[in-house]
Amino acid sequence: MSATAEANRRLAAEFGLNPEEFSRALAILGHSPTLTEIGIFGAMWSEHCSYKSSRVWLRELPTAAPWVIQGPGENAGVVAIGEGLAAVFKMESHNHPSFIEPYQGAATGVGGILRDVFTMGARPIANLNALRFGDPGEPDTRRIVDGVVRGIGGYGNCVGVPTVGGEINFHAAYNGNPLVNAMTVGIARADRIFRSAAAGVGNPVVYVGAKTGRDGIQGATMASAAFGADAAEKRPTVQVGDPFTEKLLIEACLALMETDAIVAIQDMGAAGLTSSAVEMAGKGGLGIALDLDLVPVRETGMSAYEIMLSESQERMLMVLRPGQEEAARAIFGKWELDVAVIGRLNESGRIVVHHQGRVEAEIPLGPLGKEAPLYRRPAAVPPKPPPLDPTTIADPLGLAPALLRLIGCPDLCSRAWAWDQYDATVGGQTVQRPGTADAAVVRVEGRALGLALTTDCTPRYCAADAEVGGAQAVAEAWRNLTAVGARPLALTDNLNFGSPENPAVMGQFAAAVRGMATACRALDFPVVSGNVSLYNETKGAPILPTPVIGGLGVLDDAAAAVGIALSPGLDVVLIGRTLGWLGQSLWLREIAGREAGAPPPVDLAAERRNGDFVRGRIAGGHVRACHDVSDGGLLIAIAEMALAGSAGARLAPPTAGIPPHAFWFGEDQARYVLGVADAAGILAAAEAEGVPAVRLGTAGGGDLTLPGGIAISLGALSEAHEHFFPAWLD
Amino acid sequence: MRAGITVFPGINRERDMAIALERVAGAPPRMLWHRETDLSGLDLIVIPGGFSFGDYLRAGAMAAHSPIMGAIRAHAERGGYVLGACNGFQILTEAGLLPGALLRNASLRFLAMDCHLRVERADTAFTGHYQRGAVFRAPLAHGEGNYFADDATLDRLEGEGLVAFRYATADGRIAPEANRNGSARAIAGIFSPNLRVLGLMPHAEDLVDPVVGGTDGLPLFQGLAAALAA
Amino acid sequence: MKAIVTVMPKPGVLDPQGKAIGRALAHLGFTDVGEVRAGKVIEVELASSDPDAARRTAEAMAEKLLANTVIERFSVEIA
Repeated sequence: MSATAEANRRLAAEFGLNPEEFSRALAILGHSPTLTEIGIFGAMWSEHCSYKSSRVWLRELPTAAPWVIQGPGENAGVVAIGEGLAAVFKMESHNHPSFIEPYQGAATGVGGILRDVFTMGARPIANLNALRFGDPGEPDTRRIVDGVVRGIGGYGNCVGVPTVGGEINFHAAYNGNPLVNAMTVGIARADRIFRSAAAGVGNPVVYVGAKTGRDGIQGATMASAAFGADAAEKRPTVQVGDPFTEKLLIEACLALMETDAIVAIQDMGAAGLTSSAVEMAGKGGLGIALDLDLVPVRETGMSAYEIMLSESQERMLMVLRPGQEEAARAIFGKWELDVAVIGRLNESGRIVVHHQGRVEAEIPLGPLGKEAPLYRRPAAVPPKPPPLDPTTIADPLGLAPALLRLIGCPDLCSRAWAWDQYDATVGGQTVQRPGTADAAVVRVEGRALGLALTTDCTPRYCAADAEVGGAQAVAEAWRNLTAVGARPLALTDNLNFGSPENPAVMGQFAAAVRGMATACRALDFPVVSGNVSLYNETKGAPILPTPVIGGLGVLDDAAAAVGIALSPGLDVVLIGRTLGWLGQSLWLREIAGREAGAPPPVDLAAERRNGDFVRGRIAGGHVRACHDVSDGGLLIAIAEMALAGSAGARLAPPTAGIPPHAFWFGEDQARYVLGVADAAGILAAAEAEGVPAVRLGTAGGGDLTLPGGIAISLGALSEAHEHFFPAWLD
Repeated sequence: MRAGITVFPGINRERDMAIALERVAGAPPRMLWHRETDLSGLDLIVIPGGFSFGDYLRAGAMAAHSPIMGAIRAHAERGGYVLGACNGFQILTEAGLLPGALLRNASLRFLAMDCHLRVERADTAFTGHYQRGAVFRAPLAHGEGNYFADDATLDRLEGEGLVAFRYATADGRIAPEANRNGSARAIAGIFSPNLRVLGLMPHAEDLVDPVVGGTDGLPLFQGLAAALAA
Repeated sequence: MKAIVTVMPKPGVLDPQGKAIGRALAHLGFTDVGEVRAGKVIEVELASSDPDAARRTAEAMAEKLLANTVIERFSVEIA
């Protein structure tokens, strides 16, 4: 092997190409590679762009339904929501950048997912964020939480898209590897969806948005002596978000989309110009010639490699119809954004990159896509812990102290500290704000139609049994949409796992996807978009498997949405069967100090039956408040409803021989607590449909009163609930 | 009422404002790009909320120099009505159309929550559909809403009855816990001496619909529509 | 003595604020404006009378708190 070949191989390794992958790249190229070419192969064949370890498993997920307009494979998924409209949505991770620089990492995560949605022609109407942080006792966790929350607010508030929901959880497994999963939902006309496949030989390839700098270029260590004395100047830099430019980009793109100028459009996300140009031309079966001298740059002396791989934010690539360049210039000029024709489509089937009079890259697009690596990596079947018998687990604390401790623990306490930094009302359509309902509800401007939105995952269930955990995440999202009265339509997923090269992690991944797929089928709840984030590890240990589900449902009349707040005089009714399942419950972790047992089983038939029943009763106007039973169990659900409505409740249910702590804190699935004016009517209807239902008591007063005269005042509950975040972070 | 809404790059509550105005006026307001200077035929100019020019440097500082601001100044000098909400209030102070400044919130955090406003006088076009001393709810959403002016200015504002709204508790008390951004004398909104220019921080325009949180903000727009019906 | 710590975005790091200010200056008729970078200046009174010690202290403050060295650089002036 020549010295050059050896140097290239080392370089390829730094770009994440293993020797076999690099050999394949060389065979495709048929010539000695340039740095830019190695960079393009490294980026396109990275886990992030190629899904090389996950693709074989993702095929199991159902992606079709009559209402699905666009499934996975585009910038975002699209479903019909009625009245000729479509919801466009996706979730994406920005985990690693949020550890390095929490504010900018989270901010640019929000910016990226917004672009994925408005790229498709949709005006973004809501953001959600699923966040996982390390142990609150670790000093670094505070820095990360504070920065991430500020970053989400800083970006979302400025672009004027309301942040309406999400979740925050803590676990030591996320020390040094927080998860920031951002979801955006937009609205478009169902017949005006923009896609990324290029078309039309000779059509101009147009760059719009911010200028290109050396932001986030991969292969940090590659700036060795080989690249000259100015290596230090070339070092990659952290991406900084500019929500102001993003806001201009939204308005300019949506304005141009009202014309017929655009053939195809894609945002420049990961791997920047490389992935957008390669994917657009590749999907269209065409060739593309780029002249990098025409790319707007904000730094001097940028190399072809840097321009192609830059991850500068707030940029888009479009293919326009011939002669539409001036239309684009007029609109983007009004918004003071750069527009540049940087290339043309051709029939060559190749990407050819010109820079300063040289051809810096020439790669056939077919093989670059078709011969991308695809791995079925070894997957070990993860061992499953046996179920715990609730009658063998003693209650060390008693119900009232346990309730107060649980409702104040980091995973269950009030998230108001975070929500109070997110503008949830901009747009004037937010019907259910964070904390008021199981799903956020946002109305479609000018219509009665509303969207229900939620993100869900219970990582500790997934760690114990990934298949059950995967199914549970889907079921819980479906349940949360149901609990506001919405018809669940589809979901986006964000699959956060450790290293795929670890068979145990790959086994978790495969099992979680299998569980998700089963639940999606049973609930008619297809996956329309998603993102996989692997290599989430800290000190060699993987994070908890965290397949986050972003669910979307529709309400024909947003005004009919139901929140969780109890009001005095309502009957409190439980839907669903209670067994007292304590395995992997928060009670077991927080009160008994154990993370043990099998997670609660997910009975999808029961989910469907109970959920359809609840949705039907809400549609019939019989339900005033509804809350699903999830983390912390039944008593936590009721306490949250009581706090939301400032109304206590007197509870005296039959506990069917279940130990009281298991009855109140067990996490059996497929359950809802309803606040209703007419319990008898609900119970009769439930019986007729074979749905388990029991009256728990009546709302009213200033206490939660349990059998045996145990009373907890709302004041004490509220104090416990509100304490943690402000005390920790302000 | 013939209303226009100014659109600066980075403004983001112009649609909310347009919905509120259309609800009371029956017709959509005119949207005014910040480079326009012809406001003829309009009796109310609204500068909505958002992040004009990203709120970089100081909130409202760059918008205050936009071409439309000269026309708005002339409109105000002619006795025209101007409403600045949130970023609009910041722009009006930066442009010198209202005194004082909006500093960073005392908590140094962005605040997004409902607050309660006490109506300090009801004999104006903006507040005519509220009772004096009435308390209404409105969302606030800002990083720089901490109203500041020197004591002489504050004394003058109070002495001349130019304080429009104060942050209050739900039962109308002025209390530190109700003044989340730390504004001087709990001031949430002020009038110009002729009572025709109003700047306020919270978003009355986001509470004009029973389905979306309630209608606490609606009287402000109904009052304007009634006063400017001609 | 007084330490004057100037914190600026690192070269190459996008500075949205500087960019927006530059554009606004151009609109105001300042036509010869090139790149604009916006940072901040922090003045810290120090009890020390030894300029070298004061500088070391101020640099430590900047490293630890005043600057985010992932995206910002700083300089210290002792007066």
